[in-house]
Amino acid sequence: MTTRLRDTLTGWALVAPAMILLVAFTHWPALASFWESLTSTARPRRPSRFVGAANYEQILADPVFWRALTNNAWYALATIPLAVGLALLMAVWVNDRIPGRTFARVAYFTPTILPMIAVANIWLFFYTPGYGLLDQVTGLAGIPSRNWLGSSETALGAVTLVAIWKEAGFFMIFYLAALQGIPPVLAEAANLEGASRWTYFRRVQLPLLMPTTLFVLVNAIINAFRTVDHIVVMTRGGPDNATTLLLFYIYETGFKYWDTAYAAALTVVLLAILGTVAAIQYGWLERRVHYR
Amino acid sequence: MSGVGAIRRKGRRNAPEARGSDPYAPRGWAAALESAGAVLLAILWILPLAFAVWAAFHATEYTTTFSPLAPWTLANFVRAWEAAPFARYFLNTFMLVTLVLACQLVLGTLAAYAFARFAFAGRGLAFALVLAQLMIMPDVLVVENYRTMSRLGLIDTIPGIALPYVASAFGIFLLRQTFRTIPKELDDAARVEGASALQVLLKVYVPLAKPIYIAYGLVSVSYHWNNFLWPLIVTNSVEARPLTVGLQIFSSADQGIDWSVISAATLMTSAPLLVGFLLFQRQFVQSFMRAGIR
Repeated sequence: MTTRLRDTLTGWALVAPAMILLVAFTHWPALASFWESLTSTARPRRPSRFVGAANYEQILADPVFWRALTNNAWYALATIPLAVGLALLMAVWVNDRIPGRTFARVAYFTPTILPMIAVANIWLFFYTPGYGLLDQVTGLAGIPSRNWLGSSETALGAVTLVAIWKEAGFFMIFYLAALQGIPPVLAEAANLEGASRWTYFRRVQLPLLMPTTLFVLVNAIINAFRTVDHIVVMTRGGPDNATTLLLFYIYETGFKYWDTAYAAALTVVLLAILGTVAAIQYGWLERRVHYR
Repeated sequence: MSGVGAIRRKGRRNAPEARGSDPYAPRGWAAALESAGAVLLAILWILPLAFAVWAAFHATEYTTTFSPLAPWTLANFVRAWEAAPFARYFLNTFMLVTLVLACQLVLGTLAAYAFARFAFAGRGLAFALVLAQLMIMPDVLVVENYRTMSRLGLIDTIPGIALPYVASAFGIFLLRQTFRTIPKELDDAARVEGASALQVLLKVYVPLAKPIYIAYGLVSVSYHWNNFLWPLIVTNSVEARPLTVGLQIFSSADQGIDWSVISAATLMTSAPLLVGFLLFQRQFVQSFMRAGIR
């Protein structure tokens, strides 16, 4: 047997168990969603049949879908810059040897360890009108009590804040690692040139953090589309769909109304969004962001 | 993806202790100001959690009156423990994370070894298929995976919760990167002495990758301890439900919204990870750093 043939046999034998499961629970369901989205949901008296693009036409005309999509866009647009910006600030702070840095690091990172479901409970309590800490504090300042999660103007903002709280500390870790990886020689050289701390941060540290920023950004975008645990606990998409995100809508369509074909079509839309993010990351950004 | 590797390598090479004097380190007033900002944000950050801790350890009448003299109590924990089968939920979660991690490690190790050291036909395509899972996770494919599970008769079982996560692209990728840094000479030397591929893997690669296994283990356990939506969908009985789903059912059921008890239950379910984190802070942070993506 040639080495090449032996390597191929051994290689596939080693990869096979993981590959079979990967295909069964990632690639197959992705393809099956697409096929399923072209059919109608089987009902007791009407078996499933091919309906072409009917589900997609329904999506285009579905106000709840558009609401979920815009909610998700706003949610992502608010979470990403705030979580990433705060993460950078936290990392810069706890990277310096200042008093209280250990406490600060633990405080920033702790929300990351908690289950999202626990986080949601904690914040649900925090937001409770009249009773929660937030209302008590604003009450001291003379601001009237508010139902933060119960009013459609503030609900989306309130759940966005929860996501920022949960994620910023996680992203901080990567910035911290990257900051510690910058050779100290650069700081000495910049100092000799008379650069201010701000100039050093902007011209040296920030560009060197670009790969980290890209990595964190991609993670933040994916999280914005795949985590809906807090929605299930805190608002169930309400009031009046003000906090319905795309995956939550899929969950409701699939497992509350049992309209699996329509849920499959919604899944295809979500997959298309994630695929676009991947394409942008690999195709365009990776070429522009400088890697060593 | 090369970014992940770069972060990991850099994180290991330059421990904070190794850094020399930084000319831009804040001094005097600047340091005091920065410290004040950092601590203020930290207090703000920990406030929601601190509020829940306060409520959990005090009787209901003290929930909103922050008297330093208020007596501390464990009664809320006792009430929560008695009100729902938390012991069973703990056991389920424990079995779930053990099952997931054990399978992930075995499958991931085998696949990573193949990708790192065997030039087999179709390797590029196979690896691309693996990487696709980094973007399209089982978390978003719940509708079709539910269908598959009901065909397999695994609805409402712990293997049913675990199965979609058992082959982890992230684990395979992470271990492959690690195995590639191990000198090929070690591998060849063992082969010359007549060791089989599997023996080389177990005797050379696995021991050398131990820190990565620990890092990956911590990340995987905390991810699956915390996972919620898929277990919520796929389980419907006490016998299979993990802690997160149990907690949700407990706190949304009619507890008369007793926040003290709900807070106690919430803390109880997160306690093992939280205590582990506070005790092994450095390892946790380094593991999350090394592991990069979850």
